[in-house]
Amino acid sequence: MQESIDLKGTLNQYKSEVRDLSFYYGDFNALKGINMVLHEKKVTALIGPSGCGKSTFLRCFNRMHDLYPGNRYVGDIILHPDNVNILASDVDPIEVRMRVSMVFQKPNPFPKSIYENVAYGLRVRGVRQRAILDEKVEEALRDAALWDEVKDRLNQLAFNLSGGQQQRLCIARALATDPEILLFDEPTSALDPIATASIEELITDLKDKVTILIVTHNMQQAARVSDFTAYMYLGELIEFGVTDTIFVKPKNKQTEDYITGRFG
Amino acid sequence: MTAKSLAKSGRPRRLGYSYRRNLKERFIEAVLFLMAFASVAITLAIVAMLVKESYAFFQHVSIWDFLTDTQWTPLFDDAHYGILPLVSGTLVSSTVALLVAIPLGTIIAIYLSEFAPFAVREIAKPFLELLGGVPTIVYGYFALLFVTPLLQRIFPELPGFSLLSAGLVMGIMIIPYVSSLSEDAMRAVPMSMREGSYAMGATRFQTAIRVVMPAAYSGIAAAYILGISRAVGETMVVAVAAGMQPNLTWNPMEPAATITAYIVQVSLGDLPHGSIGYQTIFAAGLTLLLMTLIFNIIGHILRKRYREIY
Repeated sequence: MQESIDLKGTLNQYKSEVRDLSFYYGDFNALKGINMVLHEKKVTALIGPSGCGKSTFLRCFNRMHDLYPGNRYVGDIILHPDNVNILASDVDPIEVRMRVSMVFQKPNPFPKSIYENVAYGLRVRGVRQRAILDEKVEEALRDAALWDEVKDRLNQLAFNLSGGQQQRLCIARALATDPEILLFDEPTSALDPIATASIEELITDLKDKVTILIVTHNMQQAARVSDFTAYMYLGELIEFGVTDTIFVKPKNKQTEDYITGRFG
Repeated sequence: MTAKSLAKSGRPRRLGYSYRRNLKERFIEAVLFLMAFASVAITLAIVAMLVKESYAFFQHVSIWDFLTDTQWTPLFDDAHYGILPLVSGTLVSSTVALLVAIPLGTIIAIYLSEFAPFAVREIAKPFLELLGGVPTIVYGYFALLFVTPLLQRIFPELPGFSLLSAGLVMGIMIIPYVSSLSEDAMRAVPMSMREGSYAMGATRFQTAIRVVMPAAYSGIAAAYILGISRAVGETMVVAVAAGMQPNLTWNPMEPAATITAYIVQVSLGDLPHGSIGYQTIFAAGLTLLLMTLIFNIIGHILRKRYREIY
């Protein structure tokens, strides 16, 4: 697996390669020898029943597990173009998170104004010039399709926004620092159908800019937004491939059972 | 009960009014109400008593004199009834205490909540709370016999009684109130908010200062207000270590009496009931109550204004 043909037949690059990745919460082996790739500027969806390890896998990409004691990674996640294993112990997780952003399951805006929420990532990187902040905040809010709704109240507390707006704010926050990979951990599970549709549309729009990895419980969502899909079960990657193929002609019986709703 | 079991019992269930159950409920409600009401009633009774005795006091002394006279000598032949010297003593000693307790308490809370490993927190927190359990008279003598001589090595001109020494020790005493409550407030901030910050590439310190503290603002403000109330109302430390001479000063290096120290001093004497000296206690007590009330109201407004919803 070095390169693969995408849907339109053009050659595309790997943004990241996962090699023999295992993960342990203490003694519990949550991920077992995963091999996978993320195609540059494509959307990859992780599906599978609850507890299959898809969120655990996602959170390896920004070293979120480093926040809690007793967690252990084995194997590599290579980030291109650097060709560096981001799980290596000499790689600072903060450096990883500077390039790999994340949007969470529940909108988690900070207790700050709308403006300061979006500017947060820039501020922690030491950006102080108002002009740069203003520009980046506006750009990120436009990319997150939120600008028109909030441009007149940037100084209001972010908690005053609706749930869907809060989630788009979190996406803007993640985009403001120009990440290379954007991780979505079930980003619509706390939202109503209309807000969900707007987030899905956004994800589709964003793939021109950034490589996306999304965990979802909703198979229709995976089918709608993703170019590639990985099916996981009990910490193992069962099947990975082009979304259309996975949903139409899965090679694996287990994948088929899950997708058709006979299992999971 | 399902329809099936209803059928089994053979008779329809009653939809009437259960007198017994209702009575019991009402009884419980009444008991709970009385208990809740008791605390309110006691507070009101204290205020009423303070106001009544103070009213008698203000029959002799005008409120204007009380608030503007710069001397407090109610027991002298040339009696003056200016509360200012006591208020200044209270404010200076409290300020010194808060300058110690708020920064240190906050730093300790940040460390325990955001940085300390589990084992450290489990050991440190009980010890810290023990600080709050030491009797205040012990702190008083600690200030007088240990801290004052220590300070005199740095400031040789420092008198044997000083607001500085009392304030510093009072500050140490208040640290656990500030740190414990602030830490609880910070720990109550949902992990998802911290994760959001870390995911943006923030360090632990940035997360603590820029996200966790603002999120815990109302709880931290409550901790500070409690600390202020403790400092203003603290009695033994200042009575022992600050001297009992009313002294209108803003200099912490001088000895002075606080409102509380004055009340202790006079209460211990044998003042005849109803005399003007006796009534000064209530006037001073009312002043103290109003001061803490003002701080509490400020705290309440701050909390309401910055209340965070997760």
